[in-house]
Amino acid sequence: MTDTAVRTTGRAAKPVLRARPGVEPIYWLFLFPAVAVFTLLITYPAVEGLTMSFTNSIGLGDFEWIGVRNYIALFRDENILSSYAFTFLFAAVSVILVNIIAFFLALGLTSKIRFTNPLRAVFVIPMVISAIIYSFVFRFLFNNSVTQFGQALGIEGLSTSLLANPDWAWLAIVIVSTWGSVPSAMLIYIAGLMTVPGEVYEASSIDGATPWQNLRHITLPLVVGYVGINMIIGFKNYLAVYDQIVGLTQGGPGTATRSVAFTIFAGFSGGDYAYQMANAAVFFLITIVIALLQLRLTQGRPS
Amino acid sequence: MSTGTSIAPAVAGAAVTASRRGRIGQEKTNWTATLLLFAASLAVLVPLYVTAMMAFKTTQQSTDLNAFSLPSPVSFDGFVAAWNLTNFPRAFLVSLVVTLVSVTGSILVSSMAAYAIVRNWDRKLFRYAFFYLLAAMFIPFPVVALPQVRLTGLLGLDNYVGVALLHIVFGLAFNTLLFSTFLRSIPLELEESMRMDGASTWQTFWKLIFPLLAPMAATVGIFVFLSSWNDFMMPSLIISQPEWQTIPVVNSIFQTQFSNNYNVSFASYLMAMAPAIIVYVFAQRWVMSGLTQGAIK
Repeated sequence: MTDTAVRTTGRAAKPVLRARPGVEPIYWLFLFPAVAVFTLLITYPAVEGLTMSFTNSIGLGDFEWIGVRNYIALFRDENILSSYAFTFLFAAVSVILVNIIAFFLALGLTSKIRFTNPLRAVFVIPMVISAIIYSFVFRFLFNNSVTQFGQALGIEGLSTSLLANPDWAWLAIVIVSTWGSVPSAMLIYIAGLMTVPGEVYEASSIDGATPWQNLRHITLPLVVGYVGINMIIGFKNYLAVYDQIVGLTQGGPGTATRSVAFTIFAGFSGGDYAYQMANAAVFFLITIVIALLQLRLTQGRPS
Repeated sequence: MSTGTSIAPAVAGAAVTASRRGRIGQEKTNWTATLLLFAASLAVLVPLYVTAMMAFKTTQQSTDLNAFSLPSPVSFDGFVAAWNLTNFPRAFLVSLVVTLVSVTGSILVSSMAAYAIVRNWDRKLFRYAFFYLLAAMFIPFPVVALPQVRLTGLLGLDNYVGVALLHIVFGLAFNTLLFSTFLRSIPLELEESMRMDGASTWQTFWKLIFPLLAPMAATVGIFVFLSSWNDFMMPSLIISQPEWQTIPVVNSIFQTQFSNNYNVSFASYLMAMAPAIIVYVFAQRWVMSGLTQGAIK
């Protein structure tokens, strides 16, 4: 630690590179590929899409400028509004569920247990499987195994497929995407819990603290920053949910499980290019605002 | 391990921990937690077990819709049918090329950019470039997807090359951030001594810096490998020819043709899962430390 500190100050005091006039051209060459592909494949499409959202373009051919009419129409469109309602419900429930499960798994896996490595290895597996593939597997389980189980036990709610129930199909999508999202959140919590020094617990247990008090007053305050990271990364991903929906319900039954991403893509094949670009712009704005709010909330806390 | 033998020591262990908590209880194995974790691991293992069991059944047996029964007789018909129907070798090749180009490209492009930015941090343009690239972290793919579909179509990139380029671009923010954090921790003195010996910036980067970046490159590589190998959304929209699709998309395209031949569909899912799981099993330590490193940066 001291070593790096000394070196850093040494660098600040003796800036060899800064003394040179101008930038060595080779550095521009190093930077160029990144900036070039980024501008071509993200900035240009983003600007083009935003511009088109003020037209009536269907994706090809001529178009006219129609001002903010697409945006006004969005707020009156039942399908759009319900896709936002579904997406927010899905994201909010998923982010809570994933974080609770991931935190307790991480807590278990960093405590004094046996078979730590095999257990950790198993819990990471969902992370290496494609979302669309595990969604297909779960679709079979929901349509067949869960209903067989429900019928055998005479539980009415489970005797028909959850995926065919317009009121509860969203819960199936939450369960499946939680299955796939827990590992990455869990790894972040494990990394966080490893930074809590063991002596802290020793000291507190000498003082007679119960495990619950340890959790409440030591562990949670120390890992609260990691909770913030998980919330921000997770929420952004859940808002863009798509693969699990294609694999499980195709947006159905009816339009019950159409997410914003699903609606945007479906609109494209339906010739609603400009309209869906307005939708994308609103969606982007909301994603940014939520990310900034979360950043503010988690950074506002002490520690 | 049978349940009888595992519960007995667990109960005993819990009792001991409870009675001695506060003194030497800390050193004892927490059997309650171990057992709970074993139970929880079933949530991961059961879907995988079902996939494997279904895949090795005959079509006839799979239509009884019993997901948990053992295959009798064990049959490879599902694999043969899935292999031919989905043209698995071709899909595998497309996925492999997309992943290799994405991984190599991401490591090269992001590490070079990070080096240029970190070494010129005192210059405004390089700082702006950094924040410019960082902005991509907040752009979800669905937002720019449709214009990207049009653009890649116009440029003739509506194929695996376009998908790989887009994977590189969407990872750029995160990967450049990872590399630049790591680069800041490399002391400048190392480089200076090499420059004294007359090495150019180009040589310094490739001979000194790039090898030093290896652990971070492994982390970046693992993340990019997982996200591009498993991606469905991007290839399904960008690649225009269905016969040159990646493995996840091929599985979606053939849903209707699998119909009720569940052994065929599950064999296909198993073949889709297998490569990443095999890589993970063999490189598990490495993958875990890489993922954790990426997580805490």
